[in-house]
Amino acid sequence: MKVAYWPGCVSRGFTPELHGSMAAVAPLLDIELIELDRAACCGAGVIAEHNQELADTLNARTFALAQQTDGELMMNICSTCQGAQSECQERLDANTEYRQHINEHLTGEGLSYERGITNKNFLWLLVEEIGLDELRNRVRRPLSGLKVGPFYGCYIVRPTPRLGIDEEHPRDRYLHQVIEALGGTVIDYAGVYKCCGFPIITMNKEASLKMAGRHLGDALDAEADCLVVPCPLCHLNLDLQQPLAEKTAGRELGMPVLHLPQLVGLALGLEPKDLGMGRHVVKPTSVIDWSTAVVAGAPA
Amino acid sequence: MPEYTLRLRRYDPESGEAAYWEDHTVELEGHRSVLEGILKVKADEDGSIGIRCSCRAAICGSCGVRINGKPGLACHTHLEAAAKHGAGTGWNPPDEGQATPIIEVEPMGNMPVVKDLIVDMDAVHWKKVRRVTPWLINKEPIPEREYIVPHENMVDVTQTMACIQCGACVSDCLSMEVDPGFIGPAALAKAYRFVGDPRDAQQKERLVDLSEDPHGIYDCTHCFNCIDACPKGVAPMSQIMRLRRVASADYEIEDRNNGYRHEHAFVDNIRKNGLLHEADLLPDSYGGKFHPRAAPELISSLPVITKALVRRKVTPTGALLHKHRKEYKGLREYFDTIEKHEKRYELNLYISGYEDDAEGAETAPEVGVAGSSGQPSAPGADPHKSDPSEGGGV
Repeated sequence: MKVAYWPGCVSRGFTPELHGSMAAVAPLLDIELIELDRAACCGAGVIAEHNQELADTLNARTFALAQQTDGELMMNICSTCQGAQSECQERLDANTEYRQHINEHLTGEGLSYERGITNKNFLWLLVEEIGLDELRNRVRRPLSGLKVGPFYGCYIVRPTPRLGIDEEHPRDRYLHQVIEALGGTVIDYAGVYKCCGFPIITMNKEASLKMAGRHLGDALDAEADCLVVPCPLCHLNLDLQQPLAEKTAGRELGMPVLHLPQLVGLALGLEPKDLGMGRHVVKPTSVIDWSTAVVAGAPA
Repeated sequence: MPEYTLRLRRYDPESGEAAYWEDHTVELEGHRSVLEGILKVKADEDGSIGIRCSCRAAICGSCGVRINGKPGLACHTHLEAAAKHGAGTGWNPPDEGQATPIIEVEPMGNMPVVKDLIVDMDAVHWKKVRRVTPWLINKEPIPEREYIVPHENMVDVTQTMACIQCGACVSDCLSMEVDPGFIGPAALAKAYRFVGDPRDAQQKERLVDLSEDPHGIYDCTHCFNCIDACPKGVAPMSQIMRLRRVASADYEIEDRNNGYRHEHAFVDNIRKNGLLHEADLLPDSYGGKFHPRAAPELISSLPVITKALVRRKVTPTGALLHKHRKEYKGLREYFDTIEKHEKRYELNLYISGYEDDAEGAETAPEVGVAGSSGQPSAPGADPHKSDPSEGGGV
């Protein structure tokens, strides 16, 4: 399937391995990515906090650019983008008057947002568009014996109604379902739906690192081999800042944190190196060892 | 009649024993509330179960508890709805093979437990509410007759006035979980109730006070838990964002937690680059690479920066010299045009509702503007067009 692809900022900035692993995984799932290379930052909630009209205009512009492509829908790989864009879309779709006002700003570029775009995180697309059965069929290296802790973060699960979570779309179980479909073992721990702490890292560093340290520690106590996140900002606090979180938590953590496309790629047969796992601050040794063991144990 | 297993968290601090779970089976219609179930158990089986309640109609806010891991009012949650999901967060299916659906009820979080399902609201919730001066400070001179507040201003604070002080948002606030000093969602929503009221004489002083507090408005981590928790649609986090917006845009109050500087650094970063350039954001949030405030922060982050460079997560040239891509050149105009407006243009869906929503359709959508004089979101006063509540295009 063809999708208008919004990678976000951080996947091309401080977590380049996310953008790279998505590009590597897409062809294995027959996803054609039409990258929205003129679209701007979603504002991550900060621009909306500063000026709602500005945030809604920037995201209406992104939606309009996506609607100009021949993609079936728009796909993102960042929960924060999903959350911030869903919030703007909710306002734009709710009120014609408001939408027209925002669209007036876009006329200079010949753009206009039409109500009702479908914008899905890669996680939602995997389950709802590709389907878990199809995903299972494509697994080349089942994650047998790999214990994975899902870390949803905030923006992709709350507020529940805005993100379309209901009984028919249990999107707050999708990471669990994907891990299982890939053959892995789900580890439940206290931090599954909690905040990584990233949004307050510059405002209250101690509280921020306490959050990260606590969730990583809980996952470690539950004997997870690694965590998987659908959000690069969670990755920054849980991986990049993990050495500092260890100091705050007063314990060694060493918990590898994988981006969702990396975990999928691993099961689809790609090598850890090709998925950029060497670029993590916490080297995913347990995951690399696991994949080496699987390869060594495979029948010749 | 359907049967439900109520799994209650029991704890008596005077017993010296640890908290434990206790199962009771009740037979009740599914549309009866969890509170009715608990009261039935209390009446028929064990009178010592501690639960606080009064109105039983979601008005008094006394019976806040956690049901299957989620905070809410016991009187406002149907047994059949609670039984649909197994314990824990998320859409967990109920455990297979269980004879009757299990509903777990435990006391709210972030507050000490007095007994069983009763928490000490004084120790946390009410203390925080008192912290924000939760009453109106009249402007002088006090008018001889009634003070007439413009309709749009009253509508603006309606959402925060819906709060019934149940503490559900406090229970699940993820910032308070690690930082008990945080003023928290309920109290900050209450603060907005007065900051948004034109009769109040101390709007700016209130905002300065909340910005000076090291655990003030910028301690919220955007986790949305309070929005999901609130049984009355108050959306405390949205009120915190409005406090920030008024403090920052209308009064330019520099808080002591870098919130103001971070917000401005972020917006400038996107204005300049189109995409976030993280390497600039951190130092700029502390006043710039060469600001004395930035130095200790950068030094404490050195191990992280070094590791990121070693692992090729970041390259030195990428971090220091980033290209301004021409695709984003025109983007500044959006910033300049919109920020030039004298009044902020906002839409509050709590007030306006949704066009396609049957209930919302009855209410004329009201597009709000926020005044630079600090009266945000005045519905129905669109400065650019005719009053949309008079049917303009909807």
